Amino acid sequence: MRKLGVMNTSALPAALADIVDDFQALEEPERLQLLLEFSRELPDPPARLQDHPELMEQVVECQSPLFLTIETEPADGGQPGAAAERVRLFFKAPPEAPTTRGFAGVLHEGLDGLSPAEILAVPDDMPDLLGLTRAITPLRMRGMTAMLGRIKRKVAALPQHG
Amino acid sequence: MPYPVEQNEKFAAYAHPERLVSTGWLASAIEGGALDGGNLVVVESDEDVLLYETGHIPGAVKIDWHTDLNDEVTRDYVDGTAFAALAAAKGISRDSTVVIYGDKSNWWAAYALWVFTLFGHEDVRLLDGGRDKWIAEGRPVITERTVPVPGDYPVVERNDAPIRAFLADVLAHFGKPLIDVRSVEEYTGQRTHMPAYPEEGAMRGGHIPTAASIPWARAAAEDGTYRSRPELEALYLDEAGLTEGDDVVAYCRIGERSSHTWFALKYLLGFDTVRNYDGSWTEWGNAVRVPIVKGTERGSVPAGRA
Repeated sequence: MRKLGVMNTSALPAALADIVDDFQALEEPERLQLLLEFSRELPDPPARLQDHPELMEQVVECQSPLFLTIETEPADGGQPGAAAERVRLFFKAPPEAPTTRGFAGVLHEGLDGLSPAEILAVPDDMPDLLGLTRAITPLRMRGMTAMLGRIKRKVAALPQHG
Repeated sequence: MPYPVEQNEKFAAYAHPERLVSTGWLASAIEGGALDGGNLVVVESDEDVLLYETGHIPGAVKIDWHTDLNDEVTRDYVDGTAFAALAAAKGISRDSTVVIYGDKSNWWAAYALWVFTLFGHEDVRLLDGGRDKWIAEGRPVITERTVPVPGDYPVVERNDAPIRAFLADVLAHFGKPLIDVRSVEEYTGQRTHMPAYPEEGAMRGGHIPTAASIPWARAAAEDGTYRSRPELEALYLDEAGLTEGDDVVAYCRIGERSSHTWFALKYLLGFDTVRNYDGSWTEWGNAVRVPIVKGTERGSVPAGRA
């Protein structure tokens, strides 16, 4: 099996590194199947966001409609007002867009609950590590790169980072 | 052996009714066992590479426009050897009747049908209304991947000239009608990519001089089926100004949306000579010293080009 030697996963947060390892351990057709599983596991946003679509922002670089919002909450054990915060990610994409949902599912499982600094440290070209580029084409991979970029821009714009 | 052609009033008004089948016709054919033996092969072709896996028409095989039909290196379609291998692997023989359907009003399905036609596959049809109509009608879908009995497909050289236009062909075409099927914002040059789609890198915005703007989706009804013949005539004859016997070139951004229009012009309205310029705006908008018109006016034939 071909390993993607360009970058290793040591620079990634643990959950994201595990996902990348899972993808890389598979042959190409099975990688697509794994992406499909992520699309099925993407949780719906909570009702308070579903009822207020204006609180979610469309990522226009994605071929299919994807809506995204981020929130922060105190990290476990953190004192209110202390810097220890974690980022919560919420995505919404229709079932007719499984590839977009799959990308969102990977980013949700890999990044939800991390600190702003951990998310900002994720390399911009992390999607290339999934080994999907050949199977689904570079054009489609751009959607995931755009999604990660949008998350990082929103995290960077949080008050304590602005 | 070609599968029988569907007869109904809507299709009968079209120039080539044998190019369309309805969802009801396909459901009956499948129930009647048409897929056994490879006489009839149903192909799903979508924009989303994973959509087939979420559920597809029972017995349908998947062909992906990008990974299966495009050459991996050159900006071109696969060659005869690769197409023969693909078709055989999908259970398609040279004499199979192929019915193609897909998402987004058959936008990508029409593109796949156009590529099948480059290889001269004789009997290839579109499912009118595509994937969305099939699902909206509550017809069966399954997630189990179809494992076809391999077909027998010869290596056929692609014959591009009758239905495919290249940049030089379009430059030589001035004075004859062009149809631009992109959004109005792309036509006027306000933007160089589709609304809500990734920037695909055209250096210049606008349209090919003299091209009429008829966005592709206007040929489709709300349920994704093609509009009736009188409606299509109002669009392409009255509004775009085409007349019988015209030699027409259609284009969009990479040739996918214009395949949908190509199908309507060629098979539903019966224009004999219709070519799809698949280089489209991602080539024209980047090419050096080709004429471009911005704004809503069609513009005139560039000097010395008529």
